[in-house]
Amino acid sequence: MSSQRSFFNRRLHSLLGVIPVGFFLLEHLYTNYLATKGPQEFIKQVEWLWGIPFLPLLEVFFIFLPLLYHGVYGLYIAFQAKNNLERFGTFRNWMFVLQRITGVITLVFVIWHVWETRLQVALHGSTATELTRDFAQIISNNVTFTLYIIAVLSAVFHFCNGMWTFLITWGVTVGQRAQRVSFAIFTFLFVVVSYLGISALVAFSKADFLQHLALK
Amino acid sequence: MSEQKTIRLVVTRQDGPNENPYKEEFVVPYRKNMNVISAFMEIQRNPVNAEGKKTTPINWESNCLEEVCGACSMIINGRPRQSCTALIDNLEQPIRIEPMNTFPVLRDLIIDRGRMFDALKKVKAWIPIDGSHDLGPGPRQSEEEQQWRYELSKCMTCGVCMEACPNVSGKSSFVGPFAVGQVALMNSHPTGVMRAQERMEALISDGGLQECGNSQNCVRACPKGIPLTKAIGTMNRAATKHMFKKWLNF
Ligand code: HEM
Ligand code: SF4
Ligand code: FES
Repeated sequence: MSSQRSFFNRRLHSLLGVIPVGFFLLEHLYTNYLATKGPQEFIKQVEWLWGIPFLPLLEVFFIFLPLLYHGVYGLYIAFQAKNNLERFGTFRNWMFVLQRITGVITLVFVIWHVWETRLQVALHGSTATELTRDFAQIISNNVTFTLYIIAVLSAVFHFCNGMWTFLITWGVTVGQRAQRVSFAIFTFLFVVVSYLGISALVAFSKADFLQHLALK
Repeated sequence: MSEQKTIRLVVTRQDGPNENPYKEEFVVPYRKNMNVISAFMEIQRNPVNAEGKKTTPINWESNCLEEVCGACSMIINGRPRQSCTALIDNLEQPIRIEPMNTFPVLRDLIIDRGRMFDALKKVKAWIPIDGSHDLGPGPRQSEEEQQWRYELSKCMTCGVCMEACPNVSGKSSFVGPFAVGQVALMNSHPTGVMRAQERMEALISDGGLQECGNSQNCVRACPKGIPLTKAIGTMNRAATKHMFKKWLNF
């Protein structure tokens, strides 16, 4: 009998997409959302996060490696598909294709985003306030702002549609009705989390955000 | 008297397994109640293409002519389906006909669905009995089980779900939606369940159940209306249980 390695890899890919990567996405977008209450709130939360013990270890083992695995294996899965929207233009087939496209967008975005934020902190030893200021400057540019909006929507879509398939992958939602209900729930989640993500971007990009920051 | 009515077909042909495909157009006299196969038979009688040139008759497979054998599957106007139940009156013209080239094309519309037979062998989609002696009546099945199993039992290995699935291709070894349905069928049989673990082990080996990406095209495409996505969900749940049981019993 042939090996069961690919079953194990797929299930691991599926699990890591939710725990921890999916949870991290939610936490991250929530933290960013605090920026809508002013830069101080956001900075306070960032400083609190930075105070978590063993943070670098957590970052490597609970964010970086799982995301790397999910992303690289995801690319392999995505490029194996023979997409056939022209023959089957059904809703679920669109979701299948979009899941793969948004995965690739998210991967490219995450590399860029980590370079601009986390790695700058690591390279220059910026404080939370400096990080916030730098990011507000980055996002005040219209092109960057648009790219961030696309990326946030992609990541949130990918996570929410991924939750829908996750429940099927693990055999939680088996029948059609269960899958319809779970679709309604994750569509709602998509709307809520997208709102959190986009309002954060809008808050960061506002001209007076930097002024508030300067006054502090 | 009005002019003789005709039908137009554009057929994607291929002279052999390693030849390049090409399109050939045909004009065939119309008769009432024709299907794609009777149009092919007309071409067989008079193998002349739309340009009036003599050509080779089209090669295709068919047996039952009533959508139960699954041999005559091809892509008709973009949709994989059986050609014997593709009635000319219901098709937009010119009718575009292509082989289901997810499978190796042998000639014209004839494909090699051997990978489906291999898949059935791989997942052990049968119920072993010892000997040919009378084993007496089988165990009773509830009405509910019968209903579920009846739906799954309608599979005719036609390959339409394989063609429809974006994760079945030359690039992947996915056994395909139908094979998952067959394991669900065999594993829900009161005798078949004795070998359920064995089939499950095979179903989650490389190229198995896990290759499904939930495009759910299969259930839309299956001419027999087999609840393939429910079978996939059912087997996913069984696989999850199987995995944890195996780990915890180790
Ligand atoms: C924000 C980061 C990400 C999150 C939260 C996330 C989450 C998820 C979740 C929950 C699933 C569902 C798993 C399942 O169906 O069982 C999934 C599937 C998938 N992800 Fe991601 N993912 C992320 C990034 C990526 C990246 C960077 C790629 C790279 C291309 C990717 C490619 C895929 C693919 C191809 C699937 C479909 C897998 C399948 O159908 O079996 N994901 N993702
Ligand atoms: S499951 Fe349906 S589409 Fe697939 S091979 Fe069987 S009958 Fe054909
Ligand atoms: S000839 Fe048997 S299904 Fe068409």
